[in-house]
Amino acid sequence: MATTYRIPVADEDLPGALRAFLQAVLSLPDINAVLAPGQLPMKNTVMPMLVSDPEQLAVADPLAPYFPLNGAKLVSRLTRKPSGGKIAAVLRSCEIRAFVELVKLHQGIREDVLIVGIDCLGALNNTDYARFAGEAATEETTRRFYRSVLDGDGGDFDETALASACQACELPTPEGADIGLALFGVNTRQEILAETKTDAGEAALERLELEAAETPAGRADAVRSLVARRKVFRDAMFKRTQEATGTLEDLTRYLAGCVNCYNCRVACPVCYCRECVFVTDVFDHEPDRYLRWAERRGAMKMPTDTVFYHLTRLAHMSTACVGCGQCSNACPNDIPVMELFRATAAQTQAAFGYHPGRSLEERPPLSEFREDEFSEVVGIEG
Amino acid sequence: MTDFEPTIIAFVCNWCTYTAADLAGTSRLAYPKNVRLIRVMCTGMIDPQYVIKALLEGADGVLVSGCHPGDCHYINGNFKARRRIKLLKEILPRFGFEPQRLRLTWIGASDGIQFAETMNKLAAQVRKLGPSQAKLKMVI
Repeated sequence: MATTYRIPVADEDLPGALRAFLQAVLSLPDINAVLAPGQLPMKNTVMPMLVSDPEQLAVADPLAPYFPLNGAKLVSRLTRKPSGGKIAAVLRSCEIRAFVELVKLHQGIREDVLIVGIDCLGALNNTDYARFAGEAATEETTRRFYRSVLDGDGGDFDETALASACQACELPTPEGADIGLALFGVNTRQEILAETKTDAGEAALERLELEAAETPAGRADAVRSLVARRKVFRDAMFKRTQEATGTLEDLTRYLAGCVNCYNCRVACPVCYCRECVFVTDVFDHEPDRYLRWAERRGAMKMPTDTVFYHLTRLAHMSTACVGCGQCSNACPNDIPVMELFRATAAQTQAAFGYHPGRSLEERPPLSEFREDEFSEVVGIEG
Repeated sequence: MTDFEPTIIAFVCNWCTYTAADLAGTSRLAYPKNVRLIRVMCTGMIDPQYVIKALLEGADGVLVSGCHPGDCHYINGNFKARRRIKLLKEILPRFGFEPQRLRLTWIGASDGIQFAETMNKLAAQVRKLGPSQAKLKMVI
């Protein structure tokens, strides 16, 4: 049963309230460490940190508009085998969904992590973050960001500066978390609301001695209007992408900058193979083969297999794509990879009625079948 | 386009469709030379990647053909193949590949006649579609 508790915010210091909350979580006897974005002491930026000393949580900065990697891969690393302990992980909605996908593939243990999800305010592309932060201290950058977003008045920052993946994200609330921290539709100058979403979340919050609270009436509307805006952006993005990639020639143009660095695959939280076929001997072509290909075509783009690589990845993981946008973030040549994958994923996920990351009960579409289905793809008529 | 002869890559399973092809051959049934058979142990082992590679290399059509439902030598490989074909039929047309260029059929070991008929029809269909965009442009 969901219960809501109040986390008081003093002096409008939202990160301060979140830190105090995380310190309380870390003080629970069964929590060994907290994984949360933190300000690096040696550089003016934010990275995930695994913190076991409550005092070190003083640098936690979970609202920073910086998203250098999808944390699902880190939580998978921390829970791929039983560690004998338990961590609490502060994750964005897309990180939670990606982790759920990895758990389905036996690359993580859901019970070994207490997921603390926060209403996601979004993030900037890596390069945009550095520009937005400028010389300002990380703390100040974060404050300018969350105040502008939550006040909704533009301020220093407006939504169109977010990474496209975030502008297109229609799932900003942390549904798969154990504990959800609500910001949208909440008077965040005074409080944050902690909602329990699972028994584990309930058991944890019960022991923190927080004051019970009610979810404000305006929250559902605030989330609904945000999601509606996101969907408008998303659908326009899908349309634009489809128009830009409608033929193989278009797709080749779209991917023209691809140099086979595979950064998008490395950054992808749901590209789950331990060893990707594209780095195996299969693609160590014999030198004479290149010459034969070139002779057949007259001219051939090098490196080869770039379109092949992206089409294969679309077939392998688009049903699991959570839309986090790390592929685009990782591309050295600014190919809008996220747009292509999300647009395709929308179709493949709909074809199988699959919602990646929604529930551990839903099996990945290509790991199961029914005897009586998809008869329309059999035969040579039609 | 009248003299266009398509290339069709057919991934056929060892136990049913390949055996049917063999039967068609020993029965001296003619089928078009456009069809290049690739024998696999089961259609369930066909990674979508194989189909994509064939199309990008200029195949005008790709056929995946295995055992009838319930007859799979490995119990359910054909059902797994069907999901992968479904997936590819969602993805490939987004990039301009006509859905008719990818086919899935179930042809049992004793269906030599059906095998030859299916190949004839398939070759005629693909011939009508014309050369695939990958072959025309040789873009990769």
